[in-house]
Amino acid sequence: MPDDVSAVHLLLTGDPALLAIVRLSLMVTFSAVLLAALIGVPFGALMALIRFPCREGIIVVLNALMGLPPVVVGLVVFLALSRSGPLGSWGLLFTPKAMVIAQTVLVTPIIAALTRQTIEDLWIEYRDEMSAMNIGPAGRVMTLIWDARFSLVTALLAGFGRAAAEVGAIIIVGGNIEGFTRTMTTAIALETSKGDVPLAVGLGMVLIAIVVAVNALAWTARRAAERMAA
Amino acid sequence: MTMRAPITDLPIRFENVTVAAGAVTILDRIVLTLNPGPPTVLVGPNGSGKSTLLRAAMGLATPSQGHISWGGREDAHPTRRAIVFQRPVMFRRSVGGNVRYALRASGVARAEQNRRIDDLLALVGLEQLADRPARRLSGGEQQRLALARALAREPEILLLDEPTASLDPAATKAIEDIIRAVSQRGIKVVMATHDLGEARRLGGEIVLLHRGRAIESGPASSFFNTPRSGEARTFLAGELLV
Repeated sequence: MPDDVSAVHLLLTGDPALLAIVRLSLMVTFSAVLLAALIGVPFGALMALIRFPCREGIIVVLNALMGLPPVVVGLVVFLALSRSGPLGSWGLLFTPKAMVIAQTVLVTPIIAALTRQTIEDLWIEYRDEMSAMNIGPAGRVMTLIWDARFSLVTALLAGFGRAAAEVGAIIIVGGNIEGFTRTMTTAIALETSKGDVPLAVGLGMVLIAIVVAVNALAWTARRAAERMAA
Repeated sequence: MTMRAPITDLPIRFENVTVAAGAVTILDRIVLTLNPGPPTVLVGPNGSGKSTLLRAAMGLATPSQGHISWGGREDAHPTRRAIVFQRPVMFRRSVGGNVRYALRASGVARAEQNRRIDDLLALVGLEQLADRPARRLSGGEQQRLALARALAREPEILLLDEPTASLDPAATKAIEDIIRAVSQRGIKVVMATHDLGEARRLGGEIVLLHRGRAIESGPASSFFNTPRSGEARTFLAGELLV
């Protein structure tokens, strides 16, 4: 990409290389949030409902994992996926899949911890009614997730924000390979260190615009759905 | 789930039932039998154990001593009993959705649900509000929806915890009319109130609770006309029973 052309201009003119970067960023982030939601929401709900020894300790650890440093996650996933690592035979290092794995590891605790809190609060409120209605464990989990769905959107958005903003993990496991594993955040890191500040700023603006747009969309959808169901 | 058990949960028998929360005794050696028939009304001051007795009758409070049996069984799941709590929790769904939830939980077929929702909401006078979010209803409307939701389970026994507390006279009358109609259909109503007028209007049988003990129980007419215990006379005279 020539240095004197801004990312916004490239975007407006539909530059294929830039669009590929944006597309890959969105693909990796949304895949990671989706996977993290599929794991984190049921896990958080079970943590909220089931009583077992060491539960409090696990909740503290889960809450602490919300602050996992991305570079450490990147390092651990890198070691696991590297040729000599336990999952080296999968051959995933420096691929978009590796980036999805790293971000899933990063985002799952956030979604699980926020889900646990949300579902537990709702469970305290619903417990008597659901016990009186003789609702079994599976029915309880499904009811609580459904009735907490508007609050859980916030948990998903927190996870999305984390994944979209993150650079440390994906630059380690993805390698920032042009046209293959280069995302908006890794490109910003690279362009800044190369001295192409205008391009980095342009990419940063695009990234922020996307995050704002996703949140605005979620907010609008939530408002509309709440008006209908609440 | 759609099969209805041929067995009955009545009578509900309390045999020396004590319920304690930590060091506090909430119910103290209750001996009581709830038989089929007209409503049984639990009266007594706040903290006398009315709510806990209802929860125990529902199977939600485990006795620390004594036994509760439903139709002779001690392990009866609450499939034939329904309870309306003093502050019922509205699920974050529409009015109709709350009733549908109870119908689905008791195994009513999808095809039958819509008709039942219409019937139940008509019974409690909420048919105009079916699509309204349940949590935006007024207090009286929420009580009526909770009644509809409880009745959706086609209970044999309906337990009501102060269903008209803090409602105005019109809303109270609406609830009492529903209770009367329900009772005439053969559903055993057991309700707690601290409103003696309400106990007089609805009660077939009265149980006076005080400090966790069943002080006196019997037909409403004899309870109101010839109370046997000093506590009952004090309570009926409108004096403070402490």
